[in-house]
Amino acid sequence: MINIAVSIQNLEFIYPDQTDACLHGIYLEVCTGQRFGLFGPNGAGKTTLINCMTGLLNYQRGSIKLFGNEVKNNRNEVNKLFGFVPQEFSFYQELSPIENLAFFGALYGMNKAAIRAKTEELIDVFGFSDVSNKPVHKFSGGMKRRLNLAIGVLNTPQILFLDEPTVGVDIHSRQAIISYLKQLNQKGTTLIYTSHQLNEAEDLCDKIALIVDGKILVNDSLPNLLGIYNEKGLEGLFIKLTGKMYRDI
Amino acid sequence: MYKLRATILKDLQILTRDRVGMIVMFVMPIILAIVITATQNSTFELVNKNKVPLLLCNKDTGNASLQLVNSIEKLGMFQIQKIVSNETEEKLAKRIHEKEALIAVIIPPDFSNKVELNANATAIKALNNLGFQNDTLKMNQVTIQPISFLYHPILQVSFRQSVQSALFSAIQIVQSKKVLNKIYFLLNETSLPETLESNISNTNIAINEIAVSIDGTKTIPNATQHNIPAWTIFAMFFIVISLGSNIVREKLSGSFIRLKTLPSSYLITLFSKQITYLFVTLLQASVIFAIGIWLFPLMGLPKLNLPLDLMSLFVVTFICGWCAISFAMCVGVYSETQEQANGIGAVSVVLMAAIGGLLVPSFAMPESFQQIMKLSPLHWCLEAFYGLFLERGKLSDILLSIIPLLAITILFQLIVFIGLKKKNLI
Repeated sequence: MINIAVSIQNLEFIYPDQTDACLHGIYLEVCTGQRFGLFGPNGAGKTTLINCMTGLLNYQRGSIKLFGNEVKNNRNEVNKLFGFVPQEFSFYQELSPIENLAFFGALYGMNKAAIRAKTEELIDVFGFSDVSNKPVHKFSGGMKRRLNLAIGVLNTPQILFLDEPTVGVDIHSRQAIISYLKQLNQKGTTLIYTSHQLNEAEDLCDKIALIVDGKILVNDSLPNLLGIYNEKGLEGLFIKLTGKMYRDI
Repeated sequence: MYKLRATILKDLQILTRDRVGMIVMFVMPIILAIVITATQNSTFELVNKNKVPLLLCNKDTGNASLQLVNSIEKLGMFQIQKIVSNETEEKLAKRIHEKEALIAVIIPPDFSNKVELNANATAIKALNNLGFQNDTLKMNQVTIQPISFLYHPILQVSFRQSVQSALFSAIQIVQSKKVLNKIYFLLNETSLPETLESNISNTNIAINEIAVSIDGTKTIPNATQHNIPAWTIFAMFFIVISLGSNIVREKLSGSFIRLKTLPSSYLITLFSKQITYLFVTLLQASVIFAIGIWLFPLMGLPKLNLPLDLMSLFVVTFICGWCAISFAMCVGVYSETQEQANGIGAVSVVLMAAIGGLLVPSFAMPESFQQIMKLSPLHWCLEAFYGLFLERGKLSDILLSIIPLLAITILFQLIVFIGLKKKNLI
């Protein structure tokens, strides 16, 4: 069995309307079952890297493999391996949670029975029992974030990409999301996670990479990094490595 | 197949919850069809059945002017209000401006005298030519002061021309009678007997109006037969507002990001949209046809007569709907924002309708437009529908309209495919 979930070799990506590479010389390995955190200042390239890993962006050079499958060449096969929770609300606001889950479940290739069983579980876990048939546009931000995650884990993916999954939610929704992610990871799903909530990341991630200006600056377990840089927490480490200046201007 | 079914269900759920979209797709075209048909029908009835109010001011006291008034009355198309002879042109203009009537006719003073003189001159000239009179009786034509025809500016040129034609024919009747009378008097020294005058001046030849149809039936086309097909096509193409913006909204929303990371092609999504919206266009057509058949007669409008070949009607409606959807997908795939899709979509449909002959009949267009019109898919849709509704043809009779329509549809599909490839959506 391959124990490398994600392998990135010498990755380079340039946006079509730009001349400078947004990502360059990226090498990264994420093992199966890991809870991997990808951090960096705004505009560092976190979302771009996630989008390359999920096949949303076509990289120009290098290689990204999910369980040994090159993302570029095997889109359909690779797409079966992972779930994705983007920053944006990725569902239909006109539909109810049940209708959204039924639609995306069908597109994941799940059969009716599996969709029904998983939908019941997720509706219960994420607290939609009373609103399962109401259109999503009436939901609060926290409820929408929970539904975003529910759809991302619908097919019980081997890898789950999470791009700032808890942005703009209250403490209750955040705890529900983090708690569910830990449970999912215990069942074998590899998590690849980006966030600006560093205390949340400390709680969730067992390995961390810091990306600055499209390059991986450090990549190690959190205790190792804190020891090397003599810091007590991720926030101090982050400031030490990236500086105090604005990075997105 | 399950993916496609789920996607169709999703599209139907979203579509049925979009109330504004439903109004644009169903209610607006129905209102449009009713209003345009009612307007055209009332224009038709105004000219052919109802009488046009007319102010008639006869400043002459002679016999010819009375005959002219009599002839105008006999035309049967005017509701005449006789005005005292001393009414000024300015006062009549004011009454028209106040919409007491839309037309006024002023017969100038000395009209009868001048008509008599000219009739004399013509009669003598005719008899001279035939050798019945000698040259000493030669008389010259005099200039008759024109009859004034006042009209309200809201009257369209075509309507004014038809009124003027009717007035000219009335004047000609009077002049011809006078000449005839004079010739008869010069030859017989008695007046023309009334029965003879009537026999000579009244035509007994009727015009038999025959609508040329392919199936040999002689159904007279009405405003409904013209308008329902035209506005059904317009409604079908106006689906661009709903479908075009739906595609853009999906592209811009987070759901599209997720769709791209799922183990299924975006082509399924587009295929589903085609099926869903094709169903909508067929439903639109059915609703509008049903209104033409059942509601129009209740509203006093002519009933829609469906073509005899219903299978052909289904095929043509299906192809027109598919073409409309293909066009909407083009707009949706290439537009970056919903505003772009709505703006480009709406304006281009109106333009294609205008050059396609939906707003102005194609035969009335300038020659340069006759070629451009063939580029509009709406033109071919209209030709195909008219082939069935007006000419009562079959599918084989309208193949020359269907083939270009299919070609344009395939071209639209190709453009959509290229756009999706270019934007890395498939």
